[in-house]
Amino acid sequence: MTAPDPKDLAEYAADADAWFLANVNSDPGFMLPLTFMEVGTDRQFDFLREWQARVHAAGYLGAAWPKEYGGRGLHPDFQAAATAAMRKHNGPIMLNAIGLNWTGPLLLDIGTEDHKQRYLKRILSAEDIWCQGFSEPEHGSDLGNAQTRAVRDGEAYIVNGSKIWTTLGHYADYMILLCRTDPASTRKYDGLSFILTPMKIPGVTTTPIRKLTGEHGFTQTFFADARVPADGLMGKEGEGWKVAMRTLEYERGARGGQAGGYVQTPTNAWAVLDLARRMQRGGKPALDDPDIRSQMVDFILEIQSLELCRQRIAVPALNTDHPAGLPLSSKLMTTEFVRRINEFAITLTGGQGAYYAGDPNAVDYGFWTRAYLNAFSATIGGGTTQIQHNIVGEHVLGLPKG
Amino acid sequence: MQDIGRMGFSEAQGDLLESATAFCADVSPVARVRALMTDDLGHDPAVWRQIGELGWLAIAIPEAFGGLGLELGDVVPVVEQMGRRLLAGPYVSTTLAAQALIAGGTDAQRAEVLPQLAAGTPATLALMEGAADWDLEAITATVTAGAGNLTLAGTKILVENADAARWIIASVLHERQPALVLIDRVSVAETALRRETIIDETRRAFSLTLDGITVPASALLDPARAAATLAHLHLAANLLACAEMCGGTQAAIDDTLDYAKTRIQFGKPIGTYQGVKHPIVAAYVRYEQARSHLYSAAHCFNEQGTGEIAVRMAKAEADAAFSFAADRAIQFHGGFGFTYDCDAQLYRRRAIWHAAQGGDRAFHKKKLAELLF
Repeated sequence: MTAPDPKDLAEYAADADAWFLANVNSDPGFMLPLTFMEVGTDRQFDFLREWQARVHAAGYLGAAWPKEYGGRGLHPDFQAAATAAMRKHNGPIMLNAIGLNWTGPLLLDIGTEDHKQRYLKRILSAEDIWCQGFSEPEHGSDLGNAQTRAVRDGEAYIVNGSKIWTTLGHYADYMILLCRTDPASTRKYDGLSFILTPMKIPGVTTTPIRKLTGEHGFTQTFFADARVPADGLMGKEGEGWKVAMRTLEYERGARGGQAGGYVQTPTNAWAVLDLARRMQRGGKPALDDPDIRSQMVDFILEIQSLELCRQRIAVPALNTDHPAGLPLSSKLMTTEFVRRINEFAITLTGGQGAYYAGDPNAVDYGFWTRAYLNAFSATIGGGTTQIQHNIVGEHVLGLPKG
Repeated sequence: MQDIGRMGFSEAQGDLLESATAFCADVSPVARVRALMTDDLGHDPAVWRQIGELGWLAIAIPEAFGGLGLELGDVVPVVEQMGRRLLAGPYVSTTLAAQALIAGGTDAQRAEVLPQLAAGTPATLALMEGAADWDLEAITATVTAGAGNLTLAGTKILVENADAARWIIASVLHERQPALVLIDRVSVAETALRRETIIDETRRAFSLTLDGITVPASALLDPARAAATLAHLHLAANLLACAEMCGGTQAAIDDTLDYAKTRIQFGKPIGTYQGVKHPIVAAYVRYEQARSHLYSAAHCFNEQGTGEIAVRMAKAEADAAFSFAADRAIQFHGGFGFTYDCDAQLYRRRAIWHAAQGGDRAFHKKKLAELLF
């Protein structure tokens, strides 16, 4: 694709800036989720679905997807400008994360014309909500060991088994399902297939999971002789692992094609600095305490590390020795940082750290304790921190598998 | 919220990174590094000549004085690759001496000395004293005006490459104010230099007794700019130290990886074990973060305010990254790591040297707290 005309790009960016300034409502009168994994109530869901639809209708989501599938057919720099404007004005997150970042890019790459017509526009408009069915109760981080069975029966697969940690499972219209079509294959990765699965069909049920925060946000999904149309098969039967790994590359930004926007609000270390100024120790700002001061500098150094590493991914000359190093380690770096800085924030609140969200005495409505507990969703989900160490060690540094 | 730096990478940096990567690997294999450790001079004059011919000493010197007119940030990829290969020599000290003259020299000093430095005449700085204070204004050495010339007194320490240098720029008190003076090595008697035993055996450092040395009155750098020049040198030295440190960190990790992939214990390569694998990954991530800070500092170096923050951040991160990677490099080489023959000690010693020069992580964090809060 040819580079965009700087004048067109500047005009589009200015329009986006004005639109988000006029349309962002970050305080609807109830707490908004920080990530798509925290949507726990119907009013949060309805609000975010409506918001995403409006952003898409205004032309600021999926701007780089082709026009015939609901996009605008623009260079990716246009969508990047829209996303930057969204961030600048603290726009709420995009709800349909799996559709926007996983399913959409996959369909654009290897989907049939029918798939693209049927699904892409409705992903952008949030008319169809998508969820992901990779993890299973018995095989948390070991995705390749999936045991949910799919047996071909004419024009359908008969699916049996269970998936866990289905974000938005209760609301979802479709799932990207990783399941086992050949239990006899010798290598566990060979017998897997990747199927686009309708959720609102007989034989598919969801049970909410209550999180450590006390809220809901995930389900366990059960399949009992569910008849899933076989035309949802992505790639060939038995190629499911390869397709699943491809979706992970979209998700980690190692491959283009994502619709844009963001599906989680980054933790702002500067907000923690503000907290350190507001909280007191012995009648003085907590930030005057030498130990707190030192820790605060550590966290600011770290958030700047993350930001600079993100920027450096765009400089190929500074990524020659381990080209995948920064993209593959960003989850590890970021999720652990978020967990630790929220933990630090709780300590800053001193005695009030004993309160939880909902109590009128809680600092910032209990934001920090809730954020800390929720941070584990990212250090565990999508491959735990410990698995991430293996991934970086083996795939980036070439260390032998255990 | 203040600007604390951002990534940027110039075409010149790209070209220099590519050529320095190949050159340093070629001329400075670790066997050569070890041979030079026991050599009196401590570096290879032929390699030094080649560096001069490549024009790398001219990078950050203005065109009017025989330089290429680029920025100090453009020197960073060269120094990074030198650090990676433990390449010995007066490259950094000469570059910093040029910075002293650019920032604070008189017109006559610049016209005479900068073209020499650009062409490969070695030089160095003599800024530290007995207490080895990282505050460069803590000076007790003096310069006193006599009949048509200046008389020096006091002792400077940890003067790198003082034997090889043709020019030495020393910090002294002049009329009780910090000042800098340009010393021609011919006016320094051999007995005024004592080679010091230092932690990093790939370098050469000396204490320099100034007592009795006389220089012409024209040797004083511009007194009005002395304080600003010292501040500039503090940041410039730290920037280039970060570059050496990042290169060294990369090498320490690469050595550890090689060993972890080939050393067999209990029937498996030791890199198979997560107790080894995961800390190497932690060191690697820390290295990548430090390197991102390095190139942010290089890019923002000349920006008032932001430059200082970015350099101090980079040094704090480089110290943590290099110290951890080299410390773990010794540990993960096991019994071999405890021997002099294992290269891990070269990196650990060098990390200690760099933390001791220009301030360690704790020092720069304290300065950052003042700048950020």
